[in-house]
Amino acid sequence: MTGLLYALLSLGTFALLAGIVLAVAQKVFHVEGDPMVDKIDALLPQTQCGQCGYPGCKPYATAVASEGEEVNHCVPGGERTMLAIADLMGVEPKAVEQEAAAPMLAFVREDECIGCTLCIKACPVDAIIGAPKQYHTVLADHCTGCELCVEPCPVDCIDMLVKPELIEHWSWPLPETRRSRLGHERREHHAGHA
Amino acid sequence: MTEVALILLSAVLVNKFALTKFLGICPFLGTSGKVETAVGMSFAVMFVMTLASVCSWLVQEFVLVPLGLEYLQTIFFILIIAALVQFIEMMIHKTSPVLYQALGIFLPLITTNCAVLGVALLNVQQEQTFVSSALYGFGAAVGFALVLVLFAGLRERMDVSPVPALFKGSPLTLITAGMMSLAFMGFSGLVKI
Amino acid sequence: MPAMLRNLAQRLGMMAHSFDGGIHPSDHKLGAGLHSEPCPLSPVHILPMKMHIGEACLPLVAVGDRVLRGQKIARSEGYVSVPVHAPTSGRVVRIEEYAIPHPSGMGMPSIIIESDGDDASDDSLEPITDWRNTDPALLRERARMCGLAGLGGAVFPTFIKLVQDSRFPIETVVLNGIECEPWLTTDHRLMLEYADEILTGLAIIMHMVNTDSAIIAIEDNKSDAAEAIEQALALRDDLEGARVVLLPTRYPQGSEKQLIYSLTGREVPAGKLPMHIGMLCQNVATARALYRAVVRAEPLTERLVTVSGDAMPRPANLHVRIGTPMRYVFAQQGLTDFEDVRILHGGPMMGELLRHPDVPVVKSTNGMLAMLEASFMGGHTQEQACIRCGHCSEACPAGLVPNLLADQCRSDQFEKAESYDLFDCIECGACSYVCPSNIPLVHYFRYGKGQIAQQRREKSFAEASRLRSEAREMRIERENQARAARRSSVRKTHAPAAESTAKTDAAGDSAADKTDEGSKD
Repeated sequence: MTGLLYALLSLGTFALLAGIVLAVAQKVFHVEGDPMVDKIDALLPQTQCGQCGYPGCKPYATAVASEGEEVNHCVPGGERTMLAIADLMGVEPKAVEQEAAAPMLAFVREDECIGCTLCIKACPVDAIIGAPKQYHTVLADHCTGCELCVEPCPVDCIDMLVKPELIEHWSWPLPETRRSRLGHERREHHAGHA
Repeated sequence: MTEVALILLSAVLVNKFALTKFLGICPFLGTSGKVETAVGMSFAVMFVMTLASVCSWLVQEFVLVPLGLEYLQTIFFILIIAALVQFIEMMIHKTSPVLYQALGIFLPLITTNCAVLGVALLNVQQEQTFVSSALYGFGAAVGFALVLVLFAGLRERMDVSPVPALFKGSPLTLITAGMMSLAFMGFSGLVKI
Repeated sequence: MPAMLRNLAQRLGMMAHSFDGGIHPSDHKLGAGLHSEPCPLSPVHILPMKMHIGEACLPLVAVGDRVLRGQKIARSEGYVSVPVHAPTSGRVVRIEEYAIPHPSGMGMPSIIIESDGDDASDDSLEPITDWRNTDPALLRERARMCGLAGLGGAVFPTFIKLVQDSRFPIETVVLNGIECEPWLTTDHRLMLEYADEILTGLAIIMHMVNTDSAIIAIEDNKSDAAEAIEQALALRDDLEGARVVLLPTRYPQGSEKQLIYSLTGREVPAGKLPMHIGMLCQNVATARALYRAVVRAEPLTERLVTVSGDAMPRPANLHVRIGTPMRYVFAQQGLTDFEDVRILHGGPMMGELLRHPDVPVVKSTNGMLAMLEASFMGGHTQEQACIRCGHCSEACPAGLVPNLLADQCRSDQFEKAESYDLFDCIECGACSYVCPSNIPLVHYFRYGKGQIAQQRREKSFAEASRLRSEAREMRIERENQARAARRSSVRKTHAPAAESTAKTDAAGDSAADKTDEGSKD
């Protein structure tokens, strides 16, 4: 009888002690917010285009971090972004649904512009300058190609042009050998291992 | 002093947990994909193993034996290990969220990890002193860490090498683990314990 | 000899310093015995807006303008840039995009000049004969104005290096007469034929960086050139601190960092420049160009080019005007049919393979090689598995592990590759040369470096976009708050007022709301 009593008492006391220690530890090591969101956001291209279904890059990052949203929704980021997020989150990579288009730049046909400022308000990165009743123009260096300015324009004077490739930004492709193509398949396989 | 050295040497090199006693294979294969993950896991295991050995020895010596409750060893030890792992999980979550994400499921798995429980029980079985059981726990963890990091380095290299499709992934991993085990067999007989 | 023993011997002074690795390709110096000749003037010259490292220039002339030889036709933009000069007199016929010797096959805006045959010079620059007593800053400006860039192939704007920086004083000037690339013989001929001009250029450089010590480094397969330089030195009474050093022939001995190590035993730290350890390297051709710019007031309009290769009927070393079409130069030496002929711009190790000869000779053209298709080590399309033989690692002059780097680049593991010092690779090609499995190692490194550069660009653009987006959101938030504050204060002051005034205020308020609503989007 005493043996059983001792057993129960000692186990009970020990469990209680462990519980108290853990409760205190939880207070001390409490994590504010979710630093993962910032890390994911840093991997996104910041076009703020909304093609992922979220109103901007930060909301999508939050969804991936806390609600377990799929990692393959970012269209401008493409496969590279998807793999990076999958790597960070430690999940299996998933094929990107939509092919990322070639980088585009918005262009305002100034002759037809009526100065309504609707496109200026639509641009998420303030890449269009102008004022009411003045011509508007897109600052090509800041345009992310998100296309959010095209729809609001009442006279449809905004074109999306393919971004010209500069010789300074040209880089060597992979060599044309069978093994180099194998390497790329290997990359997707490798990304599967956490 | 020689005793200390011998215990450490035996735990680190000879009676290796992962490769000789075949304990702790799950995290061994699971977290050795990248060297950074392996290093993080090593530190976590070192912390848990050492503290677990110490705490279990203390509990055994001052609670279980006086009260005649040796049969409750397993439950008590699991309780200690679980609490320690929860503690370290919270610590990692705070200090390094990336590592926390990378270790993922393997952190709570240390709880049911036979290696950690194995160390605690072995200490008790072999009736070690306080100091030697602490050393044994620490040494076992260092040994585990050593193999884990080495294996992670090998796996990283194999990942980018041209491996025939038949062997890619798990088959080659397990074959390599077997070869490492063979290599470390060379140390057997170094220390008689 | 094991590397450790060799290093020990070098440190104890028992053995001359020598960089690790390197290879010995056969040197094919067909042009070594060929005296330099002038190339006849081409009827048309194409001047690209960027023939140097740095920013492209902007044209100063318009279509129809008449230009003279040496006249500045494009001005430099930004600091790292040098202007472009007309190579002969004539008329500007077009300013448009034209193909340049670049591996991408892409073109660049270029000024196209039709020669008028007179070859009249623009004599607006004054010769500086008393350069010894001239302020180095003026000489530096002269070097920039005359469009000087590194003629060894790097085409880095020369004036940038010729500066006295009190934080990094220059101890020794190294004149690079190594020319380790096979087939090329321009520096060799320059040293044999223009030794005195080169040495004057060296003296000007030493005056500009304020040092007395200089080494003229020459490979031992050019002992006649070394003799010529030594004879010229003996005839001068300046340049007491200059000496000729003969180095064993090995590729890539002429690479700046390897050369400095071989001469002094000191390593240029990763990511740093020779000037950080008190050294300055200049090619012999650049030194001669500096002499011409300062003493003869001649901007850079021509250079010595080795026209060679096993498909070349008459190899030669030609003085070619910058901008001469390559097809024209080849034709002068008997090559007009390019069937089964591959054209290299530069040397076979680091040169660019051109798709066609319709590109101009530029400032970096030290060689134009026409090679038979058959003599190419075409095995690189049959790349096989790495057998871990380690030859690449042995051959690498930068001490890297090429097979590991190539694996990482191929698998897109760029952070890993960068941590294994991918950017210390000088792309010399020694590893690709020795690989028994025909793996095109350097191509993988170039791919990796390009992808990393692209990622960095995208990242900084994304970061800037994010900041702009956040700033915009904060601005909208501020405006909304200001509007809300205004509305509540308007309501407070107008609440006890008469009804009529309240009505007009309400009307005014809703109008303000309407315009505000529109901007909220």
